[in-house]
Amino acid sequence: MAADLARGGRIGTVRDRVAIVAAIVAVIVAASIAAAAPPAKRIVSLVPAVTEMLFAVGAGPQVVGVSSFDREPPEVARLPRVGALLDPDLESILALKPDLVVVYGSQDELKTQLERAGAPMFSYRHAGLQGIFETLRQVGDHTGRVEAANALIDRIRADLASIRKAVAGQPRPRVLLVFGRDVDALRNVWVSGGVGFIHEVLEIAGGDNVMADVTREGLQINVEQILARKPDVILELRADARADAEREALQTWRTLSALNAVRNRRVYFLSGSELVTPGPRIARAAERIARVLQPR
Amino acid sequence: MGALTRAEALVGAVPPVRRRMTAAALSFGILAVAACALAPLVGSTPIDVRRAWDPSIAFSDNVDAQIFFVARLPRVLSAALVGSSLAAAGVVFQALLRNPLATPFTLGVSAGAALGAMLAITLGVTFAIGPLGTVPLASFVGSLAAVCIVYLLATARHRGFSTNVMLLAGVTLNAFFSALILFLQYFADATQTMRTVRWLMGDLDVASYGPILAALPLIAIAIVTFAWLARALNLLVLGPEQAEARGIDVLRAQRIAFVSASLATGAAVSVGGPIGFVGIVVPHLVRLLVGSDHRVLLPSASLFGGTFLIACDLVSRTVMAPLELPVGIVTAVIGGPFFLWLLISRGAGGSGQ
Repeated sequence: MAADLARGGRIGTVRDRVAIVAAIVAVIVAASIAAAAPPAKRIVSLVPAVTEMLFAVGAGPQVVGVSSFDREPPEVARLPRVGALLDPDLESILALKPDLVVVYGSQDELKTQLERAGAPMFSYRHAGLQGIFETLRQVGDHTGRVEAANALIDRIRADLASIRKAVAGQPRPRVLLVFGRDVDALRNVWVSGGVGFIHEVLEIAGGDNVMADVTREGLQINVEQILARKPDVILELRADARADAEREALQTWRTLSALNAVRNRRVYFLSGSELVTPGPRIARAAERIARVLQPR
Repeated sequence: MGALTRAEALVGAVPPVRRRMTAAALSFGILAVAACALAPLVGSTPIDVRRAWDPSIAFSDNVDAQIFFVARLPRVLSAALVGSSLAAAGVVFQALLRNPLATPFTLGVSAGAALGAMLAITLGVTFAIGPLGTVPLASFVGSLAAVCIVYLLATARHRGFSTNVMLLAGVTLNAFFSALILFLQYFADATQTMRTVRWLMGDLDVASYGPILAALPLIAIAIVTFAWLARALNLLVLGPEQAEARGIDVLRAQRIAFVSASLATGAAVSVGGPIGFVGIVVPHLVRLLVGSDHRVLLPSASLFGGTFLIACDLVSRTVMAPLELPVGIVTAVIGGPFFLWLLISRGAGGSGQ
C-alpha cells in the first residue's frame, strides 16, 4: 500500500497522507471553532466539573442553568436546574434559550435533540489531568475569557509543580485510593485504577497507586487483592462524609491487620468535592493528599 | 398415569431408595467437601499455604494467613451455603408450584430483597444487628415482606392455599417491586445506582464469618424442614388430590414448604445477593442424575448446589483478576446455555412432574 502510493504520486508515504489529512481536519476544526466564536452569553452546563471551570475563568455571570448535581461554587445555588447525566430535561434547557449547552460525551440522545433544536453544544468527557487543562482552554475560547483561562491554567500548573517539588525525595508510600464501600464492612470496595485525574493527583502528591497497573478509572476490588497489594496507606476519598467516618474507617479496616496501612494506623478519610471533581480545585486536592501522605 | 406408577414405585420401594440416598449423599458429599477443601488453595494471588497455617507466626502479621482465612475461606463457605440453599429451595419451589420453571426467585423473594437493599443504599441509613450490616439486613427484611404479601394473598380469598394465586401474586409482585426499584433508581445518584446494580449481580466476598454465621441458623432450619418434607413433596407433585388421598395434610405441607424455602432463599440472598440460575440449573441437572424422588434429590441438589457455586465463585475471583467478574454473571453464562442444552437434548421440562 505504502509502496503503491510512493510510486503513484507526489504524496509519498501513508504517514505523509495522514499528516495532510490531519492538517486539513485541524484547519476545519479551528475554522469552525473560530466561526462559532462570539462568546457564549447564555450557558447551560450539565457537567458539574465544567460549571466550576466556567465560574473559575470568570464566566459565572454567563451561566443560566446547571445540572441537578451542581453544588460548586456556592453561586450555583440560585440557578435553575435542568436535570443531569441520565435525565436531562430538554424542555427546560431550551426554555433558557442557551447559546451554549455543555453536555457529557455520552449523552448521545440529548446531543441529537439539541442539534435538531439548533442549540450550540460543547461536548465534554473526563480525560485525566491533561484533560482538565485542555477543557479549561476550550472553556476560555467559548466564553471569550482566553486570558483568564490561560492564567488559571498556569496557576494550577505552578501549584501542582510546587507540591511535586515539596514531596520530591520523600519516601513514596504505596496507596490504596478508596472511592466507596459498604458502611461497617469491607464489601463493595471501589478503588481508583491507574487512569484518571485523581490517580495522577496522587502521583503528584507523593504516593504510588497500588492499582496503577489496572487501566481503568475505577474498579471493584476484593479482599484478597487488597491484602496482596500491600498498601502502606489506605486513603478513603468521598464527596461528603458522615459524622464519624474517620473512626468508622479505622475500625472497619482493622480486620486486615497484616497490612502496613492498618498496623501503622495510616487509614485516612478525606471528604470534599474537590477530591472527586476534575475541575479547577485539583491543586487543593493534591495539597490535602500530600499533607496526609507526608505528615511533616 | 405413567408418573403415578413411577411415583408409587418410588414411594413403595424403601430399601433401594435408602441405598440410593446413601450413594448420592456420599458421592455429592465427597464432591462438596473436596470443593470446600481445594477452592481456598486457589486464588488471584499465589500464597504460601504452609505459612498460612503456621501457628508460630502471629496472625496479625501473616499476610498469607489473612488471605487464606479472611479473604478466601469465608468466600468459599458462603458460596457453599448460598449455593446449597438456593438449589434446595429451587427443588422445593418446583415441587410446590408443580412447575419446572419455578426458581427460588419466582415468588418475589429476590425482588423484595433487592428493594430492601436499594432502599438501604439510596436512603443512606445505617443500622446493624450483630455481624449483619445494613444492606444484608435490609435485603432480608425486604424478602420477608415479599414472602408475607404472597402468603397472605395466597390464603386470602380461599379457605385453602392456592398455588395458582401464589404464582400469579409472586410474579406480579416481582414486576411491581422491580418498578419500585426503577423508580428509586431514577432519583438516586449515579454511585448509588451503580452499587445497586452491582448488588443485583451477586457478590460472595464477605470478608468475615459474621454474615455466614447469621444466615446459618435459618438455612439449617430450612434444610432440616426440607428433609422432613421430602416424602410429602413426592406426593405434592402428583397434585393435591392425589397427595390428600395418600394421607398428606396438603395445606400444611404447602405452607411449610413455602415458608421454609422462602426463608432459606431470603437468608441466602442476604449473604450473596440474588445469584441466578443456581436454583434452576442445579435441580434439573441433579434430577437427571438421581431421578425425581425428593428423598434423594433434595440432599443431592443441596450438596451439588454448594459445589457448583464454589466453582463459579472461583472463576469469578480469578478469571479477570485483579478485576472481579460478578458471580451472578458467571452462573448465568455457565448456567444459561447449559440449561438450554439440557432442555433440547433431554427434555428437562417434563421431569419433576
